[in-house]
Amino acid sequence: MAGTTVHGRLNWHAATVAERRKETDTASTLVLDVSDWPGHVAGQHVDVRLRADDGYTAVRTYSIANAPNGDRIELSIELMPEGEVSPYLVETVAIGGTLEVLGPIGGWFVWKPEQAEPVQLVAGGSGIVPLMSMIRTRNATGSKAPFRLLYSVRTPQSIYYANELQSLSRDGIEITYAYTRETPPNSPTKPERVGAALIASAAFPADRQPTCYICGPTSFVEAVAALLTQAGHDASRVKTERFGPTGTG
Amino acid sequence: MSGFVGKHRASDGGKLPPGQYETHDFPVLSAGPTPAVPVDTWEFSLVTETGATRVWNWQQFRALPSEKIETDIHCVTRWSKFGTHWEGVSIDTLLRDVETSAGYAMAHSYGGYSTNVPLPDLRGGKAWIAFGFGGKDLEPEHGGPARLLVPHLYFWKSAKWVNGLTLMRDDEPGFWEQLGYNMYGDPWREQRYTGD
Repeated sequence: MAGTTVHGRLNWHAATVAERRKETDTASTLVLDVSDWPGHVAGQHVDVRLRADDGYTAVRTYSIANAPNGDRIELSIELMPEGEVSPYLVETVAIGGTLEVLGPIGGWFVWKPEQAEPVQLVAGGSGIVPLMSMIRTRNATGSKAPFRLLYSVRTPQSIYYANELQSLSRDGIEITYAYTRETPPNSPTKPERVGAALIASAAFPADRQPTCYICGPTSFVEAVAALLTQAGHDASRVKTERFGPTGTG
Repeated sequence: MSGFVGKHRASDGGKLPPGQYETHDFPVLSAGPTPAVPVDTWEFSLVTETGATRVWNWQQFRALPSEKIETDIHCVTRWSKFGTHWEGVSIDTLLRDVETSAGYAMAHSYGGYSTNVPLPDLRGGKAWIAFGFGGKDLEPEHGGPARLLVPHLYFWKSAKWVNGLTLMRDDEPGFWEQLGYNMYGDPWREQRYTGD
């Protein structure tokens, strides 16, 4: 199975918050300038370490949202109301605030511009983050790889990067939304979970041999991975990244 | 002054390795779809460094003496779960009549994954092929029908859907180890990534 061989040791890097952007009512993107950042591949993640004044530390893992861009990385973080780390990152940390970043981590759930084959992305909720890095990297490098995105969200208001995705859909990336709780006004469809019919109508068929990347909550990823293999996609071309339910982010 | 306070956890009695946090859920980490592995075609192969092979089918495997295990588990993605209950066959049982001078083992799984573990870490009551979790059959998304259980190492070493061990004279990286994860994976020394 193909992946990216990773060499060398990962290190902690000092990072400064350059900007914070609201994505939804419960999610923000942190733009970080990371000193001596070695660069990343689309799909990779980092460990973020916060340090309290008394020396107590907490570490969590977040996916990188942006295309490689020098020392700058962007992390889009969903607020976990009972969480220890995400409320601070989403709501509290000041511009100019500092934290530490270890990475980039992961050589499997990655997309590289030299991949010419079709790419099927399937996101559940905040699982869009590493897939957005792949989309942005594709566009930044002028790749002609055919991309489709199937993005499952609760409501139209829970879409991350909504304006950017709208312009991307005019730019050769086919995007289908699945609304699980509430559809847009005047929508002819009812809320639905991603099922076999939607996979058949929205995803690349198996005979195009796309590489599939699925990211989202465990139950979502389990369901979509099973639907794709049932639709004839070879399991070795279905890459998954699951998160939660840890409830402690 | 960072402004970060954190939730200083009640003392864990020294059970939490560095850089970990406790969870009460059981998160799932896998590289691909959960493979369907029916027990009527399940096989487990033990191959020594000389090529000598022993194979157990499910019936033969489940006829082996099994043990109940209570242990803490530690995932490289930083969650730890305390006091998990497993049932499995000790690797010592599988190795009892096997002649080997190998120093390492590669665990292989349905779905094509692999992970390397030094053989001494699989012996002496430290590792099992687990088929039960929490008093029930091990669920497919957690590696059922059977997974390797090596709880003193980060949990990716406890290969899901395991179907064999290949004994080796020299260490070689498995699937995750080629992709940036540590060759050994001791949570108490924070050996998460390549070179840690």
